Order: sequence, then C-alpha cells, then structure tokens
Amino acid sequence: MSSEQKILSTDGIPLEESLKQAEKKNKIKAFLLVTPLLLFLIITYIIPIADMFSRSIDDKMVTNMLPKTYKAMEQWDGKELPSEEVFKAFYLDYKILVENKTAGKLQTQLNYEKNGFKSVLKKLARKQKKFEEGNYKEQIMKVHKRWRNVDYWRAIKRRAPSYTYSKYLKGVDMYSNEEGKIVQVAENRRIHRILWSRTLEVAFFVTLFCFLMAYPIAHLLATLPMKYSNLLMICVLLPFWTSLLVRTASWMILLQQQGLVNDFFVWIGLVTNDNRPEMMYNKTGTYVAMTQILLPFMVLPLYSVMKTISPSLMRAGKSLGATPGVAFFKIYFPLTIPGIGAGCLLVFILAIGYYITPALVGGASGTLISNQIAYHMKSTLDWSFASAMGLMLLTGVLVIYWIYNKLVGVDNIKLG
Amino acid sequence: MALPKYTEPHYRIWHYFYLFVCGCVFFFLIAPLFVIFPLSFNAEEFLVFTDGMKRLDPDAFSTRWYKDMVYGTKNPWGLAAKNSFIIAIFATIGSIILGTLAALGLSSRHMPYKGLIMAILISPMIVPLIISGVAIFFFMAKAGLAATHLGIILAHIILGTPFVVITVTATLSGFDHSITRAASSLGSNPFNTFMKITLPLILPGVISGGLFAFVTSFDEVVVVLFLAGLDNTTIPVQMWTGLREQLSPTILAVATCLIVLSILILLTAELLRRRSERLRGINR
Repeated sequence: MSSEQKILSTDGIPLEESLKQAEKKNKIKAFLLVTPLLLFLIITYIIPIADMFSRSIDDKMVTNMLPKTYKAMEQWDGKELPSEEVFKAFYLDYKILVENKTAGKLQTQLNYEKNGFKSVLKKLARKQKKFEEGNYKEQIMKVHKRWRNVDYWRAIKRRAPSYTYSKYLKGVDMYSNEEGKIVQVAENRRIHRILWSRTLEVAFFVTLFCFLMAYPIAHLLATLPMKYSNLLMICVLLPFWTSLLVRTASWMILLQQQGLVNDFFVWIGLVTNDNRPEMMYNKTGTYVAMTQILLPFMVLPLYSVMKTISPSLMRAGKSLGATPGVAFFKIYFPLTIPGIGAGCLLVFILAIGYYITPALVGGASGTLISNQIAYHMKSTLDWSFASAMGLMLLTGVLVIYWIYNKLVGVDNIKLG
Repeated sequence: MALPKYTEPHYRIWHYFYLFVCGCVFFFLIAPLFVIFPLSFNAEEFLVFTDGMKRLDPDAFSTRWYKDMVYGTKNPWGLAAKNSFIIAIFATIGSIILGTLAALGLSSRHMPYKGLIMAILISPMIVPLIISGVAIFFFMAKAGLAATHLGIILAHIILGTPFVVITVTATLSGFDHSITRAASSLGSNPFNTFMKITLPLILPGVISGGLFAFVTSFDEVVVVLFLAGLDNTTIPVQMWTGLREQLSPTILAVATCLIVLSILILLTAELLRRRSERLRGINR
C-alpha cells in the first residue's frame, strides 16, 4: 500500500472526506436547532435595538413642521438671502403652524439655534394675518428687519440636518451653539449629569453593601452541614422568587414615617416620636430596598464558588502556623475572587438599569437614569432622546458585560 | 458549626460576632416579606399595626381586604389575574420550546460561533429592562402588536428564553451522549430518541428553566407598562398603579397570595434541583 492511497469507507469514499461530510452535517443540524430562537431574537430584539440608534440621531421634529420650506431651500446656497420661493414656502408652512397653535414648538426649537429668533417669529405670527397674496419676501422683511439678516435663514437650514448627535449632547447636558461649538448648558440646568452620577453612585454602593452582607452568609451557607444550610438557603431563595413589586411594597410599609423601622428607632430611643426621619422617597429608601432586592444575586454566585473550596486548605494553612486571619486573607479570600467578580458585576449591571424600585421608593432625589428614559418615553414623547439615553446606558452595560465575559465567561452563569 | 475546645477567647468572640452578623443579614433578607402577612388581615384601612393587633385582639383582624380583592366593585384584579396567567403560560411554553431547541444545538460540539451566539441568546437578560422595553415597544408598535396579548406574550418569550437556554445547557453539560447514539444504533429515529431518551433526562432542567420563564413573565412590569392597553393589564401592572397612587390593604392581600405562590414555586424548584443533582450524580 503506497502512502498516497487513502483509507476508504465501505461505500468507496475516502474516510477523511466522509468524516468531513458527517461533521458538516452535524454542524448544520446543530445550527438549525438554534436558528428559530436566533432569528426570533434578531428580528424582535436585536434589530429594534439597532433601530433605536437611527431613531436617536434622526431628528425630524422641525423638518416635519416646515416641509415646504425645506423643499424650497434645497436649491439655496446659503450665501445670500433666499429667493421669493423660499419666503413663500415659509409663509405657508408657518401659517399652518399658527393656525394649529403649534408654532410655539418651532419658536423654541429655532431659538436654540439662534438667540432672539423667538420674538421675530412671534411678531410674524401676529402680522401675517394681514398679508396680501404675492411678493411675500417684501412683506416678511417689512415685519422685522432681522428677516433681512441671512443668519436667521441659515439657522433654519441648519436645524434640519439629515442626522444629529444633539440628543447625545443633551444627555450629558451639552449643546452646540450658533457657531457650532459644543458648550455646556447653564449650571442650574444640568439635570442629566446629576442623574448619571447618581445612577453610578447608587449602583456602586448597592454593589458594595450587597457584597459586604452576602460574603459572610455565603460563607456560612457553604460551611454549614447540608441539613442546616438547606434550611437557611430558603431565606435567600424565597426573596429571589418573590415578586419584585411585593418586596418593594413591603419596604414601603416598613420605611413609612409611621412604619416599623421608625417605631423601632423610637423604641430604642434613637429618635423622638415627633421627629421621625423620612426614610422613603429619598436616596435612603432606594439604597435599602435595592440592597435587599439584589442581595440574592450576590449570594448565589458567591455560594457556588465557596462550595467548591475544600476546608482542608484552611486547616493546612493553620497547621503550618497561620493565624485564622492570615489563613483567611492568604488562602480563602483569593480563592473566592471569581465568585466576587461574578456577583459584583451581576448586581452592578442590574442596579445600573433599575427602574421600578427607585420610581416607587426613590422620590425625586432617588430616581435614576432609567426613570428619566421612561419619563421621556411616556410623558414628553421625545422618543429620540429616550433612545439616545438608552443607548448611552446600554454602551456602559455592554462594557461591563464584556469585562464580565472576560473574567467569568457568560456560559458559567449559574442560576440557583 | 461548633468551635473546637482549644479556641482562644478572642477568636471565640469573633466567631459569635460573625454568627450575629449572619443572623442580621438573614433577618434583613426574609423579614420584610413577613410584614405583609399580618397587615393584610388588618381590619383598619391604615397600613400600620394598630393597638388592637398588638394585643392580638381578634376584632382587629379581618379578611375584608381579601373579600375586596375578589368581590370588590370595579375591581381590576380578576381581569389582571386572568391576563397574567394567560400571558405567563403561553410565554412559558414559547420560551421552553425555543430555548430547549437552541440549548440542544448549543451543547453540540459541532456548533459553530458558539460564544457569539450564546451572547446574543442571553442578551435579553443582560440588557437593562428599560432598554429592552423601549426596543420591544418600537418593534411591536411597528408590527401593530402593541396593546395586544400576542405582543406581550412575544415580549415575554424574548425575556424568558435566556433562562431556559442557561438551565437546559447546564443540564446537558452532564449529559452522556453515548446513550442517544446507542438509541440510534438500535434503530430509533431522531425524534423518538429525543422524546424517549433525551427529554426525560433533561426534563428537570427544562422545567426549572420553564419556572424561571414563568416567574419572569408573571412578575414583569417594565415592558408591559410600555405595551399594555387597558385590556391587557396584568397583576404587576395593577400593583404598580396601586403602589403609585395609594398603598391600600387590598394590594397587601394580593401580595400575600403572590408570596404563597412563590413559596410553591420555590418548593418545586428545590425538588427539581435535587432530582437533577441525583440524576447527574448517577451519570458521573
């Protein structure tokens, strides 16, 4: 048999090839099993998230208000005053807006672009009722001399780019001014930056509190004999399985001014009966409730790691002369770091996007960035801004998720 | 955890301190749930322990809030409970079917791009709910499914499948593939093999994943708030509205029922986990 001769399977095909075919078949089979879910998620979930991006940079508000004007402006080069055609189109668009009583929105939007635009537009709204047909350019320019200034027309044109990142700037309390420079908004109006830093702060401290509380009990659960630890495990798992709203409701009862926590403080003499502290509708409420609600997510990964650490390691350390403290910090603690990483990142990711609990117990000073997104989705209907904020939050979470994946691996997530 | 006799006093103190801290944390975890029980039987309208309740006076307790929950006028809970169960059951079935199939594919060693696909399949669990809510709302509004049961069910399938994928993949990690090969070599077709061999063995994983999906759907409020119309209200949405407006004892009665439900789910999940551990123990 020469070396080139290949081993053949029973049907005469070289074995190597038939193996490759079988592998390919298996590959396709495995892929086909995943396909339904993958397609479903891509269509209903991944693409809509990507679509949020196009929504967030696509600002059609003013374009939709002045459709004729922008059509007429297409030929205008922006160097000198626009032609009669543009003036006429603007007059017609603006007339509709005034009649529908939506001109105020346009005035505000254009005033962002060019200071003082509002008064010019308001004057036009009053005067244009007496306009005669034809030669609108002259008539408009007669209303206010600023209409002769080409800057105002440029401001209108500038307001309708095909895409804009202004929503992202607004998300960090900045905007681009008339000269196109990016500047910060006035100090007393920087609400979003406060929200971002508060969200990070709450997420960080909730993670820290969860870690400090979860570590001892996870250790206890992992070292106790099975029959006791199973019983105590229920204390962790029951809150885990209980509805989030039920747990939030119980905190609302406990933390109210006449609630049990305040009763207890009065009883031990920490505060007097007539000046019970407000513990709800502020940051304290958010901290306490979120810590309790997210605690199981820290305990479970810690527990599953600690369970695998053999107790003989600590005994060996001690028999070699280490004090219990040294043995703990040199042997036990380093071994639990994977669990700490998993727990902390899980809790942090969950906390950073929390919505329900802060909305109910947080009040005005305890709400987070998610509440702002929901507010713009439901109340102001500024969906492109909500999308922009959502994507900024998502980017942060994905970065953390990526770190999580590097440290722990997504497929190592364990539940229960 | 008894300490050995030779333990030095300051370690002994440290140990008791540690047990005390653990006790406090367990109390912090579990106690809030038990405040709801007695208050839901309050005869008064206030959400505080009345003097009568502290004296255990039987007149201070009543089941009026439970009656109000079931028979109350223009009461939303009946419709909400019906909707919640319909949505959760269909969402669970959908999640189980899609999730189990995907997990079977993912745990095959021939699967290409495993990491990337796993990341996509798990993403609804990692992405903050508010963002999922916004994205799913945009999709459902475009597809004309906003404010329909179908829309909410699909949304909950999205949120529920990651749990099924994770639990079933975990169960399959201890799965001995030679038994399915044995079945095939004995002439069973793939469908039969799955129904008779694979499914019974991975069933604990499938059911516990299904439980997660059920609870996720049953407890979900953020996405439903975006999607639901008046006819699609669910228990969490009603609780959310109730908690925002006024905390009434009727809500506590509902909350008590939900806690009982979660105790049942916890027991089922625990039994399944033990069974699955036993089964996997045999395989090793």
